[in-house]
Amino acid sequence: MAIFVNENTKVVVQGLTGKQGQFYGLRNRAYGTKVVAGTNPKKAGTDVEGIPIFATVAEAVRETGANAAFVIVPAMAAAASILEAAEGGIPFIVCVTEHIPTHDQARVYNRLKHDYPHVRLLGPNCAGILAPGKCNIGFTPTEVAMPGSVGIVSRSGTLAYQALYELTQSGIGQSTCVGIGGDPVPGTSFIDALEAFQADPETEAIVMIGEIGGSAEEEAAEYIKDHVTKPVIAYIAGMEAPPGKRMGHAGAIISRGKGTAKGKTEALKAAGALVAMNPTEIGGLVKQALGR
Amino acid sequence: MDLMEYQGKQYFARYGIPVSAGGIADSVDEAIEQAERIGYPVVVKAQVMIGGRGKAGGIKLAQNADEVRFHAGNILGMDIRGHVVRRLWIERAAQIAKSTTRFHANGEPKAEEFYASFALDRSAKKYLGMLSVEGGVEIESVPDELIAKIHVNPIFGLSEADCRAWIAAANLPQAAREGALSVLMALYRCYTEGDCELAEINPLILTTDGRVLALDAKVTLDDAAHDRHPEWADFEAATVAAGDSREALAKEKGLQYVGLEGNVGIIANGAGLAMSTVDIVKQVGGAPANFLDIGGGASAEVMVNALTVINTDPNVRAIFINIFGGITRCDEVARGIIEAIKRITLNAPIVARIDGTNAAEGRAILQANESEKLIMLPDMLSAARKAVEIAGK
Repeated sequence: MAIFVNENTKVVVQGLTGKQGQFYGLRNRAYGTKVVAGTNPKKAGTDVEGIPIFATVAEAVRETGANAAFVIVPAMAAAASILEAAEGGIPFIVCVTEHIPTHDQARVYNRLKHDYPHVRLLGPNCAGILAPGKCNIGFTPTEVAMPGSVGIVSRSGTLAYQALYELTQSGIGQSTCVGIGGDPVPGTSFIDALEAFQADPETEAIVMIGEIGGSAEEEAAEYIKDHVTKPVIAYIAGMEAPPGKRMGHAGAIISRGKGTAKGKTEALKAAGALVAMNPTEIGGLVKQALGR
Repeated sequence: MDLMEYQGKQYFARYGIPVSAGGIADSVDEAIEQAERIGYPVVVKAQVMIGGRGKAGGIKLAQNADEVRFHAGNILGMDIRGHVVRRLWIERAAQIAKSTTRFHANGEPKAEEFYASFALDRSAKKYLGMLSVEGGVEIESVPDELIAKIHVNPIFGLSEADCRAWIAAANLPQAAREGALSVLMALYRCYTEGDCELAEINPLILTTDGRVLALDAKVTLDDAAHDRHPEWADFEAATVAAGDSREALAKEKGLQYVGLEGNVGIIANGAGLAMSTVDIVKQVGGAPANFLDIGGGASAEVMVNALTVINTDPNVRAIFINIFGGITRCDEVARGIIEAIKRITLNAPIVARIDGTNAAEGRAILQANESEKLIMLPDMLSAARKAVEIAGK
């Protein structure tokens, strides 16, 4: 089993007719993901390499049975696209778009919670989700992954890829790699992913990759202490980041002394997680945790 | 983008938040001109992006033109914790009312200086408003029980009734309550419609004639909302002129860059990996010169841009390129690095570590091109050590 997606997930790509959308949408399909539709009101009735384009998500859902949306549209259009997917009946929405204004994120998050409480949003500004051998929605390079029993949840894309690669090199496969994104208001939190991995019988160990900014890692540490029995291997980036500076991700900023890597690392250690000092140590610690 | 006080006040004024009459001055003559126009007494205030201006002597009261000349002359060019003052804000001095209920330890009544702000509570995923009667000092130093907090759901907004209850909870003096209501409702509008990450008034004051106004302004704008705020253009121009020239160049080239103080230049792809690279250089005893994220791919074009930015930093003695090849394979990355080196004259040698898809092919390409200007090492730790060693020579 994988979390949030599986081999039957049917994806509608919002933005499939754009350059990026087409590149990643087709890449995801080539991996075996069921990419069943795209949307663009101006190009309804056409297709992208055989994938039909509909005017709206609701129509795509009606015609194809899509049950996941891949939002890859410009930042100023992203909030409306996410809400359109929820309104159209999609229960799982992946948004990779970066630079969505924070107030738009906050409004979308609360609108979903209020009007569509059962909809899960992954992202924005995330790498997407990969269940090796089953489904890939987003940017994750499948070349470095293989099916197996380690779950990965990460704010950063490249650090998740590095972890996938290290594990694969060591012959350890992955159940699902979840990118929750680097923005201040992520739709899915570390806790959501930890809860799902803990419940997933296929997952034996969990890699959690955090970074400076906010308190999601500290909250995850509390959750791990009380609810997670599977081994957790953690890494936090930004140990040397200067306060008040935004380190690439909109959410990666130490403000008013809060959100430091040191605080997060200590919280995770106290919760019993094995903490790596640099991303290339993750593979070794997973091996150690699994006794391999 | 952080705004300076005068920019913050200009932004506040757009949303109807009352501020004192004032104007900017870049020279002593301009300062006097502004003061004459506004009317004495005035306050001469250093415009720098750092707190503690008052303590450093960057805020002075002036009763006449001579005093303005004296203070403006002293403050212009002053170095406040590494920030050189190039601009002043001259404003009409406000008469702050004295509290009838709050006293200093020596029995003197406290000034009616409050604190008000809106920011995102990332944990609750709602807006957090903070209001306190103890303003004029850093909010971190105010005891929690003296700060009234309100969570606002972005989809419902702040109602007048909730705002009144919040003001009552903060125990603001009766004389300030109506004025505070209108300021706080306007501040909420400025925070949300104005796409602020932080909108803070400290102090928010009650004047002796019963007005409530913003005596300072601390505003951080959300850069991501730039496209819907053409009115930000002036702020951006002034901020770029006042900021780190390396950061300005990187921004122009579409790179995520943060200037640091050390001598090891850093280029990595992805914010997370770039942060890790800064960390590991520090861990092995080096000093990173910068954080630079070139984004997911790593084409020759992007590499040239990144190296151009690093090249403008005279402190850089070694460049650590740390790339994870995913969809952009390591062999393409390696060719990009070599192409970039051909197109640009480097001031420091490169230590490159590439890993990921087709790592072996990529490394072979780099190895075939190794020279004193390009060293390839297969793992992050040894590459970091090598870069630090070269930088220390």
